[in-house]
Amino acid sequence: MSGFRPSRAVWLVGRREFVTRVRTKAFVIGTVVALAVIAGYVLFIRFVANEQGTTNLAATPDVVAVAGELRAAATVLDQTIAVEEVPDAATGERLVRDGDVDLLLTGGPATSGSGAGVRLVGKDDVSESVHALVDSVLRAGALDAELERAGADPAAVRAAVESATAQVSTLEPNDPQRLQRLVLGIAIAALLYGSLVFVGQAVAQGVVEEKASRVVELLLSTLRPWHLLLGKVLGLGAVGLLQMLIIAGVGLSVATGLGVLDIGGIALGTLGVGLFWYLLGLLLYATVYAAVGSLVSRQEEVNGVVAPVTMTIVVAFVVSINLLLANPDSSLIAVLSLLPPFAPILMPARIAIGSAPLWQVGTAIVLAILAIVALTWLAGRIYSNAVLRTGARVRLRDALRAAAS
Amino acid sequence: MLEIDHVSKRYGEVVALQDMTFDVKPGELFGFVGSNGAGKTTTMRIALGVLAADAGEVRWNGQRVTLDTRRRIGYMPEERGLYPKMKVGEQLAYLGELHGMSKAEAVAAAGEWMERLGVAGRRDDAVQKLSLGNQQRVQLAAALLHDPEVLVLDEPFSGLDPVAVDVMSEVLREKCTGGVPVVFSSHQLDLVERICDRVGIVRSGQMVACGSVDDLRAGAPAQLFVHAPAAHLGWADGLPGVRCAEYRGDGRTLLTMTPGADEQPVLQAALATGPVREFSQRRPTLTELFREVVQA
Repeated sequence: MSGFRPSRAVWLVGRREFVTRVRTKAFVIGTVVALAVIAGYVLFIRFVANEQGTTNLAATPDVVAVAGELRAAATVLDQTIAVEEVPDAATGERLVRDGDVDLLLTGGPATSGSGAGVRLVGKDDVSESVHALVDSVLRAGALDAELERAGADPAAVRAAVESATAQVSTLEPNDPQRLQRLVLGIAIAALLYGSLVFVGQAVAQGVVEEKASRVVELLLSTLRPWHLLLGKVLGLGAVGLLQMLIIAGVGLSVATGLGVLDIGGIALGTLGVGLFWYLLGLLLYATVYAAVGSLVSRQEEVNGVVAPVTMTIVVAFVVSINLLLANPDSSLIAVLSLLPPFAPILMPARIAIGSAPLWQVGTAIVLAILAIVALTWLAGRIYSNAVLRTGARVRLRDALRAAAS
Repeated sequence: MLEIDHVSKRYGEVVALQDMTFDVKPGELFGFVGSNGAGKTTTMRIALGVLAADAGEVRWNGQRVTLDTRRRIGYMPEERGLYPKMKVGEQLAYLGELHGMSKAEAVAAAGEWMERLGVAGRRDDAVQKLSLGNQQRVQLAAALLHDPEVLVLDEPFSGLDPVAVDVMSEVLREKCTGGVPVVFSSHQLDLVERICDRVGIVRSGQMVACGSVDDLRAGAPAQLFVHAPAAHLGWADGLPGVRCAEYRGDGRTLLTMTPGADEQPVLQAALATGPVREFSQRRPTLTELFREVVQA
């Protein structure tokens, strides 16, 4: 029995926490819900991407030539128009109604001009960009006809007109993966936010459960308080890690499978960065959750006492999402991402979108580690002093004062 | 030998323990009695390291008690505590492991004690589904399964039905016969008197009397019970050696004697009143000794 080391005590506590928590309904349901949210997110991104992608167009034989020009014009604008020939307008309308094609292009009774006889039919909406494209093709045709009637050479005129174009340049190189990186950044911030809050709440509830059931007195006759605290944080941290890996794994596979993501290497790198920051965030927040949890003795009081800690994480998450979407390169987000309370969520998101210089990452890590050391010391003291005081809520000041004596 | 040596503890202005000193020898069943708030639980918590003493120390076999020693103590806290949602069998095995057993040993010991204490059928039930009496049995199993070298039990008999009380006393006796020092606190003084080898009485954080029940009696004034139906009230007042007389009606009288007094003059005085049906030395019960000590 003399071979009973602190590491064995921490391991036993951690193993119990892990096994007990993974078997709960809350864990299973929570993971399933998170997976559903991820699937919804991926499908949403795919839907948004498709909106800007291919338009399926049915065309009747009388306007197939126009449709051909349309397809060529669309390519110039980075859009794809797929043309399907249908025998008559009625067939085309049925396809549109059934959602098999997006739009129908068909000839109509000509009123005046060469383009006036063309109708563009949508189900309940006609894409503005396609409409504009159709109009420009028709206008070009009408222009050609008018030029010819006026005796000019349409090809020469068109060449002259097309040479009048503005030169385009950007001040910084364009990153073609910018959107995907942003999607990844938001996903990793959301994942870290969810996991850290989940684990933190579980730690606080676990501490209070031991206090409320008084089993803590029996445990502390065989363990030091910090064995119990560390075992609990690591055990529940492993639960959060497992959940994160399941969600990230499924999310990445689905996103890659559906073609939403094609930057697998960067995605894996982001996941690695996320896991590293998860570890820092866990050590930073979970011990604080344990300390505030130890101040109360009843489950009903847990939410109230952990609210300030959870609010900090929520603020970090909301701020990061808003800033990332609005202006990922702002100096406000750079400063916030260096500060320990926000870094575990903001910094990995910034790394994912590629806007964090190395020195800032390093600074954030060093500051986070310093904060972890200070907070773990403080939280360990509060926990040791408050965990055996059942009954009324222990005041923070009393827990700290007892630590001093 | 478990020694509690001049242990003191204050909570702010309140003195919880002051120079608490006693020892429990191997194979001895030590009963720890005192009013609520006298300091019994505080003493036990300090012995288990759950609380830190302000002064004094607790020793086991001459060595200051450390965390490693504490793992070899079996402890039943006053506030019963088990994980309510954890299964009985798993919980006991876990606690066994925390006391330093291997997983296999812990599982085996948990099985044996569940069998012995009659809760084997509830092995896979969550603790919160058990009746209070059965929870108490599980709690006792938790204190015993690692084959402790010392037992410290805070109110182990409270809330038990008579059958469970018998099981508990039998287990404590058996442990004690096996050479383990056993300390327990209780308010059931008749039980303590019946099963304990030695008793310690605490008042306001101090040990005020400690020894076998007979030792405690020796220190208490002798009492005589006289039943003389024809005796009038006040017949014993002023007799030599009588400190005070309690007249209970119908000629029954309880006399408290001064130490070393001769009882024969009292008998003669009683016979002088008429027939004497009973004349006996009273052995004060532990309850009476306790009242005397605590109210002094």
